[in-house]
Amino acid sequence: MLETKDLTIRFGGHAAVDGVSCAFEKGTLTSIVGPNGAGKTTYFNLISGQLPATSGRVTLNGEDITSLAAPRRTRLGLGRAFQLTNLFPNLSTLENVRLAVQVKSGKGYDLFSRTLTHRELIDQAMAHLAAVSLADRAQAIAATLPHGDQRKLEVAILLALEPDVFMFDEPTAGMSIDEVPTILDIIAAIKQRGDKTILLVEHKMDVVRSLSDRIVVLHQGKLVADGKPAEVINSDIVREAYLGSTADHG
Amino acid sequence: MLRSILSDDLPRSRWLALALVAILVGLAVAPFLFPGAKSLNVAAKICVFIVLAASFDLLLGYTGIVSFAHTMFFGIGAYGVAISLTRMGAGWDAVAVGTVAGLLLAIVLATVIGLFSLRVRTIFFAMITLAVASAFAILASQLSDLTGGEDGLNYRLPAALRASFSFGDTLFGVRLNGRLLDYYLVYTASLALILVLLRIVNSPFGSVLMAIRENPFRAEAIGYRTVVYRTIASCIAAATAALAGALLALWSSQTNPDTTLSFDIMVDILLMVVIGGMGTMYGAVIGAVLLVFAQNYLQDLLAVANKALLGVPLLANLFHPDRWLLWLGVAFILCVYFFPAGIVGRLRQKR
Repeated sequence: MLETKDLTIRFGGHAAVDGVSCAFEKGTLTSIVGPNGAGKTTYFNLISGQLPATSGRVTLNGEDITSLAAPRRTRLGLGRAFQLTNLFPNLSTLENVRLAVQVKSGKGYDLFSRTLTHRELIDQAMAHLAAVSLADRAQAIAATLPHGDQRKLEVAILLALEPDVFMFDEPTAGMSIDEVPTILDIIAAIKQRGDKTILLVEHKMDVVRSLSDRIVVLHQGKLVADGKPAEVINSDIVREAYLGSTADHG
Repeated sequence: MLRSILSDDLPRSRWLALALVAILVGLAVAPFLFPGAKSLNVAAKICVFIVLAASFDLLLGYTGIVSFAHTMFFGIGAYGVAISLTRMGAGWDAVAVGTVAGLLLAIVLATVIGLFSLRVRTIFFAMITLAVASAFAILASQLSDLTGGEDGLNYRLPAALRASFSFGDTLFGVRLNGRLLDYYLVYTASLALILVLLRIVNSPFGSVLMAIRENPFRAEAIGYRTVVYRTIASCIAAATAALAGALLALWSSQTNPDTTLSFDIMVDILLMVVIGGMGTMYGAVIGAVLLVFAQNYLQDLLAVANKALLGVPLLANLFHPDRWLLWLGVAFILCVYFFPAGIVGRLRQKR
């Protein structure tokens, strides 16, 4: 279980995330919604360790991880896919995923064996690529992939980390309509396994509605609503903060 | 077999493969093909600089670390052997002590610099290494009791490596003496070091280094502690540079700041790596061969051109042997302009 207690970060006087307390249970998918600048990605950064919290705590399975660096949190089971595609651009698609598989294997400090002799890492990486239907692009250089494929690769890297907590930051942003289902199917499949915690930041309300067990609304860094999708989406405070504006043109 | 020796990093270009075989064989038979003190000296220097450039490429090309302290480690290795040979006499025990001492000092220094400063941004790290290396060079020239100051040290090599040592008559007209043994010591050690580096960059560890070069932020995010990896890479590069320095000291029987610690050498190895192709061990090999050759023979070549153009007023002056640095500069600019990915990058592109 992942939990944040009074989690806060201040940039100067501005609190980008302001005293957010929230617990995320195993086997549930929680969507975090809110208008642009509400602090969703910053909240993610605090959880996965890209930013240090000003105050408050983050605990994973009862262990306080607030002061741990990002790599350590990843190895403890926090996996994160990034909003802006964040790959190893000049390495092959396969190598991008293989590097993520390699973290778990603990072979990173192996100096004297040949990478190519570790077939099992390559096979696992290929399996993850197949899961996002990128297997046929395995040898392509990541930077040369079209945007949609780069998003899929981002998700494949997250799958390869085999985390307990999956954090998706707008996984379908910028994807063409026909590519979106691939990603949603993957998220649904992870949820199906029942033992993973999933956090999703997403703007497409139909996606949020259909996938979420629960919706948390952030507004100006504060948690303003929390509950079942049907309740939250129809609550006044959410309409005012967020949905009211998008409902007009959504 | 070949795949295993080259750690799956095949040349992937016919011309590159040809060039590498030519270098490997050429250096192996150099003493017989080009007898004479100067050519043997050039061949040995090529061997040493191949190792030095390759170890620098581990930092620059593979890990994305810009360090100006690489010659410092080269100098530490050279002075280690030079000082111990001066103090302990010309024995193999002195060579062993000097090599190990240099190696240890290099690794300790690289670790300290790494842990303290590899967290900062590339440009600041480069500045820090520049400062440390300059301080070290000044220290080396001022501790003249130990290092011989600006003049450096002249010392006797172990008996088996001297010209006076003979282990047979002649072979193909070449005297079988200690210099020949010394050359093959340098050659074999360099070849072994290159193959070790090739293995390291093609290992799971090496793959993490390239990930760090590509995107350190993401490498952290998927669970690699980049500071630790960068520091280990710095240590390996420093240790290899120190060994290259030890080989140079064992070859030349004199060690001074100009030949080991100077900033000119730092620029030379930077050029070797960039011309050859960053991020490929073979690039360092090609770059080192080309640059050492140019430094030693460009003047001779220009002398020939100068003679041929003796009557022509402006051109004769332009091709005067003293202008060799100008032409080296022109060649470098052309190289970077036409092969931004280096010679090896270009050759592999064409496939």
